[in-house]
Amino acid sequence: MPRPHLGLLAALAAAYGIFAFSDRIDPYHLDVLVGIGINVILAVSLNLVNGYTGQFSLGHAGFMSVGAYLSAAVTMLLGPRLFGGDSSAWQQNSLFLAALMAGGLGAAVAGLLVGVPSLRLKGDYLALVTLGFGEIIRVIFQNFEPLGGALGLNGIPAYTNIFWVLAFAAFTVFTVACLVHSTYGRGFIATQDDEIAAEAIGLNTTRYKTVAFVVAAFFAGIAGGLYGHFKQTITPGGFDFNRSIEIVVMVILGGMGNTIGVILAAVLLTLLPEVLRPVAEYRMILYSLLLILLMIVRPQGLFNLRFWKTHH
Amino acid sequence: MTEFLQQLVNGVSLGAIFALIALGYTMVYGVLRFINFAHSEVFMVGAFTGYFIGQHVPAHSMSGGLLALAGAMAASAVLGIVIERLAYRPLRGAPTLNVLITAIGVSLLLQNLAQYFWGATPRPYPELFPAANYNLGGIVVSSNQVTVVVVTLALLLALRFIVLRTKIGTAMRALSLNPKAAALVGINIDVVISFTFGLGSALAAAGGVLYALNYPSIDPIMGTLPGLKAFVAAVLGGIGNIPGAALGGLLLGVIETFVNGSEWSTYKDAIAFAVLILILLFRPAGLLGRFTVEKV
Repeated sequence: MPRPHLGLLAALAAAYGIFAFSDRIDPYHLDVLVGIGINVILAVSLNLVNGYTGQFSLGHAGFMSVGAYLSAAVTMLLGPRLFGGDSSAWQQNSLFLAALMAGGLGAAVAGLLVGVPSLRLKGDYLALVTLGFGEIIRVIFQNFEPLGGALGLNGIPAYTNIFWVLAFAAFTVFTVACLVHSTYGRGFIATQDDEIAAEAIGLNTTRYKTVAFVVAAFFAGIAGGLYGHFKQTITPGGFDFNRSIEIVVMVILGGMGNTIGVILAAVLLTLLPEVLRPVAEYRMILYSLLLILLMIVRPQGLFNLRFWKTHH
Repeated sequence: MTEFLQQLVNGVSLGAIFALIALGYTMVYGVLRFINFAHSEVFMVGAFTGYFIGQHVPAHSMSGGLLALAGAMAASAVLGIVIERLAYRPLRGAPTLNVLITAIGVSLLLQNLAQYFWGATPRPYPELFPAANYNLGGIVVSSNQVTVVVVTLALLLALRFIVLRTKIGTAMRALSLNPKAAALVGINIDVVISFTFGLGSALAAAGGVLYALNYPSIDPIMGTLPGLKAFVAAVLGGIGNIPGAALGGLLLGVIETFVNGSEWSTYKDAIAFAVLILILLFRPAGLLGRFTVEKV
């Protein structure tokens, strides 16, 4: 069996192991671990767009909100109709999986809708269109009363457990790694390295960008679904520009186009505010300083040990 | 008809403010080819500077208002020059993406520092200029709206004079046409870029004070939405194009005001982004811009 597949299996087994012993783990630690897993999904998937493909999306939280709302709608509206009042754990889990898929696919469709017109644009413009998209989504959810409007959606069933989070985190890393290291996936890196040269040898760079965008949006939607069923309450304001920036900082800190580094950065940036209270309070000041200093001093990221810009 | 004209008046006065901010985006893009994300925070700092000066000058007076306006413009010009010197100059020649990330960082830093020092609670804005309402056949025009339009027109004319008639303006245009050739004929690029940042930031500060006068409350995140909308205005007119920015600002202000007056009013903040996506789809160079092909 190829190495990535073995890695995925091992990670799934480990996730189940942690889940089986989860009642012996301090609930607070478990919550932090869930937060880490969700951030790993978000950062690793965004890295496919912002790192490997060399585009710049500022709307990841927008896709996350699509997934969060859609999956919550599925479990809250469909669940009671299918299973009545009480349902078995098996029914709950299969409903949750379906809801997550619906959320992921919904976000992917949103990604396609945003991506097709805007991916013809270069760097700065794409960043602004994705930012604008995030704002439009927020305004739409704020005005959509069936899903709670500006007050948000409450009473989402707590279906998220540590197994689902870790399993999806592993699956995200697996998918992105396999995609980038496949023959097809060289096209992402070619698009990042030199778009004009990539086009000159016949690569359809717009298509590559769209694929990267849609895949990343799918996983952001999954992360949103996990987040919603973990917090049990979601508001449109919770998926604002600052949330997108947080994910972008993880990608940049870890080193764009470096999955291991991005995972480390996601873990670090989730743990830091938990461990150091001042960090939580001044988080945004710290993040913004980090962005400026990294770009001036170490644009390849903190955890990137390679000194040249190429990836392999 | 009265309703229509009233909305048009409100739209033009909002659009004039967008135009002032959009000019800064467009001028910086012209000389450096990047989008200065921190521009909306310069706008916010300008409004706050006007607020602090406004507490020391007599309210409702023309001279006090002009003093606050000039002070805010000067302070923001310095801020713009400092930002360029510390954050953007070390990255000259770096990939666009790195500069863009830095600009986002500067924007967030200013916003959060402002929240730290000035607090997040909105503050009521003092009435700097003499206040009155004029009734022109059913259309109500406030003196603040008149101030906005007059100040904007004056600044636009001054800007036109600087860009077209002065030496530094000629250097700015040369730099935006071809940076290498401009350097070769002896233009000091660093000075011109600093000047451009100072000029653009001063206009943003004027926009900030005027905006705060019309929507009389300020807070550290007040810059985000007007800043983004002004950027859309710059793209709408054709980024890098100075008359385009003014035109785009006016158009966007009018569009937003009319949407705000319709049953779609809750979507008014989304409309600018819809305009952005449409313009990028159908006329990416903007209304007055010229389409260029990227060469290797």
